[in-house]
Amino acid sequence: MSTTKIIYGLYADDDDLMNGVRTFMDKGIKINEVYTPFPVHGLDKALKFKKTRISDAAFIYAVYGVTIGILVTWYVMNHDWPQNIGGKPAFDWAHNMPAFVVPMFELMVFCAAHMMSLTFLARNKMYPGCPPQNPDPRTTDDKFMMEFVTEDVDAVKQILIDTGVEEITVKDA
Amino acid sequence: MSHYEAPIREPLIIGHKTYHDITEDIARPIEERAGKLWWISLYAALVLFIYGFGCIAYTIGTGIGSWGLNRTVNWGWDITNFVWWVGIGHAGTLISAVLLLFRQRWRMSVNRSAEAMTIFAVVQAAIFPVIHMGRVWVGYWVFPLPNQFGSLWPNFNSPLLWDVFAISTYFSVSTVFWFMGLIPDFAMIRDRAKTPWTRKIYTLLSFGWGGKAKHWQRFEELSLVLAGLATPLVFSVHTTVSFDFSTSVIKGWHSTIYPPYFVAGAIFSGFAMVQTLLLVARKVCHLEDYITMYHIEIMNIVIILTGGMVTVAYATEYFIGWYSGSRYEDFTYLSPGAATGPYWWAFWALIICNLVVPALFWFKKVRTNILATFIIALIINIGMWFERFDIIVINLSRDYLPGSWTMFKPTIIDVGVYLGTIGFFSVLFLLYARTFPVIAQAELKSILKISGETYKAKEGDEHH
Repeated sequence: MSTTKIIYGLYADDDDLMNGVRTFMDKGIKINEVYTPFPVHGLDKALKFKKTRISDAAFIYAVYGVTIGILVTWYVMNHDWPQNIGGKPAFDWAHNMPAFVVPMFELMVFCAAHMMSLTFLARNKMYPGCPPQNPDPRTTDDKFMMEFVTEDVDAVKQILIDTGVEEITVKDA
Repeated sequence: MSHYEAPIREPLIIGHKTYHDITEDIARPIEERAGKLWWISLYAALVLFIYGFGCIAYTIGTGIGSWGLNRTVNWGWDITNFVWWVGIGHAGTLISAVLLLFRQRWRMSVNRSAEAMTIFAVVQAAIFPVIHMGRVWVGYWVFPLPNQFGSLWPNFNSPLLWDVFAISTYFSVSTVFWFMGLIPDFAMIRDRAKTPWTRKIYTLLSFGWGGKAKHWQRFEELSLVLAGLATPLVFSVHTTVSFDFSTSVIKGWHSTIYPPYFVAGAIFSGFAMVQTLLLVARKVCHLEDYITMYHIEIMNIVIILTGGMVTVAYATEYFIGWYSGSRYEDFTYLSPGAATGPYWWAFWALIICNLVVPALFWFKKVRTNILATFIIALIINIGMWFERFDIIVINLSRDYLPGSWTMFKPTIIDVGVYLGTIGFFSVLFLLYARTFPVIAQAELKSILKISGETYKAKEGDEHH
């Protein structure tokens, strides 16, 4: 029989939770996950998370959007069927570009916003109808939960109690 | 942990709330049965909507000859209503995006409903250019799709095509921004759902959100970047709408002041509509503790600012009309023009509704009075409709040849389509108010200890 257990520590207050997180991090005990009803300020730093890279991804998507905008306007207006509309001949893309700023900008925003949101969902493994990822429904209301996967149940329990936990649940892993 | 905010700032959450109280207050309108007033409003809105739908069907079946347009006035109520609705759809994303970048915490109580209003208003706006095409079934030709008609491409030099891109991007990006913000709140409703069906529906909508720390980190980054993207978008949309006019060669329209003037007007009318809807919603859904007098006052101050910008723009237009020495500008604005011509009533409706009445907000007593705010907001909505009517119909009715000067008379179909969009908008908003969390509760919980009344009082005691 495995001695590894899952421990859930439920806190009633975000300040207690932060205190708990810092204590565990200082002692070098790995916190498996933290569930909170709202973004607790400074929690990501306390957990020593790296900066998320989805904004870097958004930049790439924005460049992609502008590129699509350049290609489409060039293909439609200058390459496939150039026309002289209202005395404004389609000589080459560079000369016509000022008229294409709006569509290029819109395509940039469109691609960056949508693809970034899709990346967010994919990275979080979220999709329509996905079962709730939080083990306790109270964590979307007013409770804060830490999750541990550990063999040293007593040590974790003791720190949880010392930092003002409200409820502890231990499960077999 | 620092939860400090200067005591001079008024609390944004009134009453001695806990996190759980916020959950209860936001979930209540969804979980309780709808009141009589809601049902009556829904039926009234449905009647208008169905009537408008009939008028749209008649327009499509008969052609736009069923409207009051003529050879001189070839844009009328359709484009007036289009610009009016797009303008209304400006406050939402402004509140959620621009104010997020400026770290304005008061936005958290109002952004969700303002964004809903934005999206629903843009839906109404989009109806008008589409039905104005006449042959709506070829409406997809506005997109550069590979096709079998020779090489039939849209003209990217045309501001009308820019508008297609601007409005569709604005609509879809605003919707995504809104929906992403809704996910944690849907999860809250899901986790306290009592019936299996509610649970199923909100499980579907909440995408499995569990509030994991890493997910919150990404969520905040996503909100910030989406706000950064949506901010120039807000300004670009009405700029592009104004290009429909300002890049034309019609006197009175061909004017470089149009983009900033349209954007300021859009925010002005958008905030007026937010006030109109939120004052009702806060009463019906009992959200007085979250949408406080401070929120109402600060939005009225935005109305003063943007109303002032609009006033300056009107004055500039008039001045340049005279200063340019153009006789076409002259008969649009001056001699037999707007103020004293046959459309004098529309002109003065604009001046009174947009300049004179909103100036009352300079008085603190007026801008902190709920009834006064509601009435003035309604008047601004009317005034901003007249602004677009004046720009379009007064200009066009005075053509280049006095022989073709004529008047515009809306038909019952024109009126019906317009009322129909008001009905459609109200149906959407009423359904939203009963099924969606109308306040971004997760965000609001994050400022409870900073700006909640109880906590502020404690902080104040500790600092004195």
